[in-house]
Order: sequence, then structure tokens, then C-alpha cells
Amino acid sequence: MSKRYELRFSGAGGQGLITAGIIMAEAAAIIEGRYTAQSQSYGPEARGGASKSEVIISDEPIDYPKATAVDACLALTQQAADKYAAGVKPGGMLLLDSDFVKRDPEGDFRIVKFPIIRTAKDEVGREIVANVVALGAMVALTGIISRESGEQAVIARVPEAFIELNKKAYNTGFEKVKALLA
Amino acid sequence: MAKKVALLQGNEACAHGALYAGCRFFGGYPITPSTEVAEVMAVELPKIGGTFIQMEDEIGAMASILGAALTGAKAFTATSGPGMSLKQELIGYACMAEIPCVIVNVMRGGPSTGMPTGPSQSDVMQARWGTHGDHPAIALAPSSCQEIFSETVRAFNLAETYRMPVQILLDEINGHMRERIEIPEPGDLEVLNRQLPTVAPEDYKPFDDTQGDVPPLAAFGSDYRYHVTGLNKAADGFPTSKPELVDAEKRRQLRKIEANQAHIEKNEEYRVEDAEVILVAYGTISRSARAAVDHLRNDGIKAGLFRPITLWPFPEKRMARLAEQARAIVVPEMNLGQLILEIERATRRVCPVEGIGRVDGELITPAEIVAKVKEVL
Repeated sequence: MSKRYELRFSGAGGQGLITAGIIMAEAAAIIEGRYTAQSQSYGPEARGGASKSEVIISDEPIDYPKATAVDACLALTQQAADKYAAGVKPGGMLLLDSDFVKRDPEGDFRIVKFPIIRTAKDEVGREIVANVVALGAMVALTGIISRESGEQAVIARVPEAFIELNKKAYNTGFEKVKALLA
Repeated sequence: MAKKVALLQGNEACAHGALYAGCRFFGGYPITPSTEVAEVMAVELPKIGGTFIQMEDEIGAMASILGAALTGAKAFTATSGPGMSLKQELIGYACMAEIPCVIVNVMRGGPSTGMPTGPSQSDVMQARWGTHGDHPAIALAPSSCQEIFSETVRAFNLAETYRMPVQILLDEINGHMRERIEIPEPGDLEVLNRQLPTVAPEDYKPFDDTQGDVPPLAAFGSDYRYHVTGLNKAADGFPTSKPELVDAEKRRQLRKIEANQAHIEKNEEYRVEDAEVILVAYGTISRSARAAVDHLRNDGIKAGLFRPITLWPFPEKRMARLAEQARAIVVPEMNLGQLILEIERATRRVCPVEGIGRVDGELITPAEIVAKVKEVL
């Protein structure tokens, strides 16, 4: 079981968190060739409401496909932080958007925070790529896949015209967390 | 050459499995959580000369695949929840008229509209008895995305071999989950086709059982002209109510399954050799059960997993044998007790059989199963 690594991406519906989870899973499964299971839960509404995407990465076949003890969790909203931080295992990591999560969840985990959505808007230039900023940040935070695999997976998924924007988003998120961890 | 690897949802893997098996017709009506099956078929079928049609409802969709299948195409539909209820009458028609086709049911909570985005395994008995009357049934319950692909291919093979509808039971979890899968090359998996008539068109009888229990099926609309009806019928396809002919037809239809159970049955066993507690689980929940077996073994409890991949016909002989060695059988399923009824029947309760039922839209966890086993022992 120690070879099993669990990630959770949470926030509001419409923030692209399921897509972020899928790109992480594609990097692990297709580019790095590892056992990977990605799942999600969401309400019947298309926007708003709590949204969560989980990615399990393992060196062995994966039995139970949902998270049981989360190694690293992203939360973009206060609601998501309140609801999903409880699943983070002791010693795990929590990445928060500091503009939207004002009350840090309590628990035995390391909290890393920066204004993820504001970074997408002001530094990358488009709020819509906040999920890719968050993905880069999660890759830097966890080191569970390589930086290059993550970038390759982003490039493979987005349309030609948006590759540069998304690369910038991914690398900005990665560098932000790298600096925070230094 | 390296295998082609992809990250696919279970529903997508199901659609690609159907295409691999030679499916060239999909008639459907979108419904969560099955819609991705239709989406992939809508994109892929036109590229290879196949036909995708979105019908006015689930009944029309089922009717469309029966028509397509009779003309010789391998045909397919997918649905969930109330959509599956609507298909039942025409599934009976497919059993009676002996039309090969595949129906995917991505199970969700019910009855009625229930919980569209929540998982469930509450259509197990429906898959056996959903349409009225005595009829044969084959239902498969794969677990992983890789297995969904290969079991979909097998579903088509069984439909073609036994000239009957075959159901695939997925659920919201394994239908929507994405996993890494290796796409088989053509030839890696067996692909079977229906037996065609060898007699001249004027001598053809669509239900002629003198050659065996599965009469050859001519393509409707070809030179072979025949009558199709949901009524009991004679060998020539025209209605009959002669008791001896009706009796012979129904018994032959059931015999297609009974005489070939060994070929249709497929199970996986995990650590059962010396197991004192046997978990019986299928589909997504079998993954929780497998994790529970390892936990229990680490705690010194000899647990094992029996996983029917073919749910119907139920593997009753093997189940009965395993019950002889067990101190207890535990059956986790996302319903309030369906397959457990069949397990109780097959084992004649020679040991305690305990269920774990969950209907709140959440998965049964390995920890829940471990706790139940410890309580039972």
C-alpha cells in the first residue's frame, strides 16, 4: 500500500478541477506508464456546487479506486477546504487559494497557499487557466510525477492556439510552489 | 511494438470494445451516467461506415438495434436507471425472436429517477428477470476499465454465439472512472460472428432446431425471407399455440444457456485456496473486497474473494463448492440484497451468508468489509 499515492483536486464546479485531475492522470498513466485511476464526484448542476476529482497513482494494480488517505489535496474554495481537508492523512499536504480560503482547516498536515486564481488572472493573463496553474503547483508540491511529464500532458490536451498560455500557466504554478517550499 | 496505451473512462472503454468486436450500429437515447458510451459511438461509427442514431426514447432505441441486428449488423445500446426499465419489453422480444444484441446498463440509484450521478448495483435481479416470461439471460459485470473493454468484446461474442441479448452491467463508478488501458491489437482478442444459413433461401427456417439449439440466422432483407414475431412460433417463424411446439421452443431457448454454462461462466478467485471467509463481490465493489482480503490477511484472518464476472447464469456449482470450505460468506453489494439471494440458494446456507448493503450513492469501503467480517467470525 505504501506505493499508492492519492491526490485530490477540489473546488467549485466549473473551475476545471476534473480536467486538472485528468491531465495529472494522463501524465502518470500514458507518459510515465504507471497504474492510475482518476474519478470524480459532482452534483447534477453544471456550475457551482462542490466538485472533486481524485487521482490514485501506484506502482501496483489499483484495487479500491477512490481516495482513502489523501497524500495531497488542493482546495480552491472555503467550502471545498472545509469539506475535503478531513480526508488528508497525517503528514499530508494541503494547497489552498489564499484569496478564497480564509480559515485554514485544522489538522496534522502541511499547508501551502498562494492566490492561485489571482495568479492566473494577473500573471498568466487569463483566469480560465487557474486549473492549470493549480496543476503545476500540485506537481511541484508532490513530486509524484516529473515536471516534464506534467507539461507534456498539458500540451497534449489543449488546442494548438492555447499551448503557450497553458505552458505559462503550468510553469507559473510550478515555480510559485517551488519558491514557497524553498 | 509497444502497445497503444490510453487513459479511458469505463464508458469509453466499453464503446471502444464494441467497435473492436465489430459493432456497426448504435441506437440510443442519452441518460446519465451512460451517455459517454453514446458519445464515443456517435464520433467513431460514421468514420468506419457504421450508423449512429439517437432515437426518440429508450424504447425506440432498443427497437432500432433489434432491426439493425436482424439485418446482420452487430448492434448495441447503452442506458441507465429508468431507461433500462423502458427497454424491458423489447429485451423480451429479443429473447423470443432470438436476436443477438448487446445492452449496456450503467447502473444508478433507483427506482424511478433516483440518483442520476450516484453509483448503484441495484439492477442485478432486473438483468435476470426484468422482462416478463421464462427467458434465458446472460449478464456480465466487469470491474476495471481494461476488463470493461474485453468483456464488451465477449458480450458481443456471446450474443452472436447464442443468438440472444446480452447485458453488461457497469455502475457510475467504473463507468466514469478513468484508468490506463492497453488497447488490444486486432487479433489479440477473439471475435465471433453468428452462424449463417447454409441451406437455399427457399429451404430456410429461422427456428429450425434440427441442427442444434442455436438455429442459423439469415440477414433480414436478403434473399432469405422469413417472418419475425414476438409470439411463440414454429420452426418456420409463423405463430403457433400447439402445446408441444411451444414447450419445445421455450425449453430450447433456456437450454442455450444451461447446456453451455461452462462456456459462458467466468469467475476470478483471489486467495481462496485456504480461505475461511469468502467474500463474493462483483463490478466496482469487488475492488473494495480485494483490498479487504489483503487487510484481513494482514490481520491473520484467512479471507478470499470469489468474483463472478458472468453474473447470469450464476456460477452456482463453484459457489456451492466454495461454501463447503468456508466458515462464513460475506456479500458486499451496492443494493439492499440481490445477488446474495442467489448465493443463499446456491450454497443452501451450509455456512452463514451475510450481506453488506449500501444505497446512499457511496462506495462500500474496504474498511467496512473488514469490520463486517470481524463481526461475523
